[in-house]
Amino acid sequence: MPRLSYRRALTRALADEMTRDESVFLLGEDIRVAAANVTSGLLKRFGPERVVDTPLSEQAFTSFATGAALAGLRPVIEFQIPSLLFLVFEQIVNHAHKFPLMTGGQCAVPVTYLVPGSGSRTGWAGQHSDHPYSLFAHVGVTTVVPATPADAYGLLVSAIRCDDPVVVFAPAGAMDLRADVADPAPVPLGRGVVRRAGTDVTVVAVGHLVHDALAVAGDLAGQVSVEVFDPRTLYPFDWDGLVESVSRTGRLVVVDDSNRSCGIAGEIIATVVERVRLLAPPRRVTRPDGAVLPFAPALDRAVQPGRDQLTAAIQLTVKDG
Amino acid sequence: MTHDPVRLYRTVRLIRRFEERAIELVRAGEIVGGIHPYLGQEGIAAGVCAALRDDDLVTGTHRGHGHVLAKGADPARMLAELCGRVTGLNRGRGGSMHAADFGVGVLGANAIVGAAGAILTGAVWARRRRGDDIVGATFFGDGAVNEGMLLEAFNLAALWRVPVLFVCENNGYATTMPVAGAVAGTIGGRAAAFGMPATVVDGQDPEEVRDATAAAVTRMRAGGGPELVEAHTYRFDAHHTFEHVVRLDYRPPAEVARGRARDPVAIQGARLPRSVRDAVDAEVEATLAAAVEYALASPAPDPAGALEHLYASGLTARTGGG
Ligand SMILES: Cc1ncc(C[n+]2csc(CCOP(=O)(O)OP(=O)(O)O)c2C)c(N)n1
Ligand SMILES: [Mg+2]
Repeated sequence: MPRLSYRRALTRALADEMTRDESVFLLGEDIRVAAANVTSGLLKRFGPERVVDTPLSEQAFTSFATGAALAGLRPVIEFQIPSLLFLVFEQIVNHAHKFPLMTGGQCAVPVTYLVPGSGSRTGWAGQHSDHPYSLFAHVGVTTVVPATPADAYGLLVSAIRCDDPVVVFAPAGAMDLRADVADPAPVPLGRGVVRRAGTDVTVVAVGHLVHDALAVAGDLAGQVSVEVFDPRTLYPFDWDGLVESVSRTGRLVVVDDSNRSCGIAGEIIATVVERVRLLAPPRRVTRPDGAVLPFAPALDRAVQPGRDQLTAAIQLTVKDG
Repeated sequence: MTHDPVRLYRTVRLIRRFEERAIELVRAGEIVGGIHPYLGQEGIAAGVCAALRDDDLVTGTHRGHGHVLAKGADPARMLAELCGRVTGLNRGRGGSMHAADFGVGVLGANAIVGAAGAILTGAVWARRRRGDDIVGATFFGDGAVNEGMLLEAFNLAALWRVPVLFVCENNGYATTMPVAGAVAGTIGGRAAAFGMPATVVDGQDPEEVRDATAAAVTRMRAGGGPELVEAHTYRFDAHHTFEHVVRLDYRPPAEVARGRARDPVAIQGARLPRSVRDAVDAEVEATLAAAVEYALASPAPDPAGALEHLYASGLTARTGGG
């Protein structure tokens, strides 16, 4: 079976959608030379009209994409760093997201915002290490965080085909993964997946943390039977899929690379306890409140959710009842 | 303000060798995350800061080591910062792109292109209101002139006559994007639109940069509004050290050779007798040898304190653990 890297899965999704649909085009900084190594080969295949390098004018080109979408195209914007989403939050939330309702349904804004290398890249410090997916879930913009190469392909394809704006976070911690993917296929938005079956506790893990959760589940095998649930899309969330899992295990731990206050882990726990009577209080492992990633590598690591914390959270939850 | 050609040479030489030593430390794995080398652009930071007073304020960029050093930060503590040590300027919390030294008027390098100009404008405005006759200089690249926030800062500074020197380091590229592919109109024309005087200088000649800055600073300190200096320069090395590993093809080799031929360190060095130059070079080597030793001997910060300094109010954040 062919090995597919996460990065090349993104490249392939872009190429396949550009081939399938003439209205898909790419905008971004240094995408023609593929500085982020995601748009590699696309300039040659699709030409400069469809692979457009922009000046450093993020706010303008994000709304330019909104305009192009209003006129019938399907833009995909690549952002070099996750913190740029703060810069264009206004353009995405106040315009792209609001136009369909505000115009009484006269338009759609099918723009994809792709962030290759979200979260910590170790050593890129405070202004380059954010992971703001919970913000987009909060405002109700479709938000996906693929964990695997197959999902990177399938969710990016579905994002491009979606008639609403979609933010695709490709975590730095997952970008170098490879997997056997026989036939990459679209993955529906809003559908989670059980990555490992278990009976004692459901661990919900987001993005690259899915792999940490699987490793911890493996380490605890024999002691605790851990089910790992990967939501894949954070908004809209697959609540039915998660409730089905937690109804069987009766326990819930969430590991999430967001800041703790108002992070997606809080929403996951709240929704589950509204619907399921748990055997033990749920727990979450997150970044701290208000986290700013410090530069020094040991500090950077200390601020991110880790396997030791997850192991401890699982053990405490199982002990509690 | 110094007219001393030896001091100017010392500054460009210090920045040059600092960057070369830093690149060695990137290769050795001591500097994690890499750096944006300032090699080739030394004349701009050195020339501008030579025309400033110690209490004047500056902000830098992602390519910011030169600005911090030229304004007078201790190279040993700067290098310790790049190595993520507690003895660093930012106690290991900032790294290359956030190095700051408020003690010498550096309100920080900044990793968001185009963002610092407005911050400096506010800081200078506040100090002037208090009666200080300081001025400021904010460095940014040719890429930043297309960021709305920088142009909005031009407007505020001009409208409220805040004495800020907007220093555009035009090295011809924003990462791989050439100026001609990104900038409509001209950089000086942007200043003109806000009624700001603009001067174009040869950024490879530290004395020309210094003299142009000194003239602007004299006008600004006497009550004049902001000005723009566009310094033409060339980046000798990679956009970022990741390019040492992944080659990106965007600058023709002949252009790189032409660009590198106009070397600010050589240009300023040629103005000094050889013996003086040699003495400065030896002193710089000794300073940097001591700086490397200091940085590598300094302890890394304790992970238990990863959230120290998060809040100035003393607020303590909840941790993220189970
Ligand atoms: C607002 C913003 N957009 C994009 C980036 C990513 N980035 C970092 S440096 C850079 C190029 C900057 O070019 P320029 O302003 O000319 O400065 P130079 O690197 O040439 O010194 C880019 C695109 C960023 N840090 N901030
Ligand atoms: Mg530039």
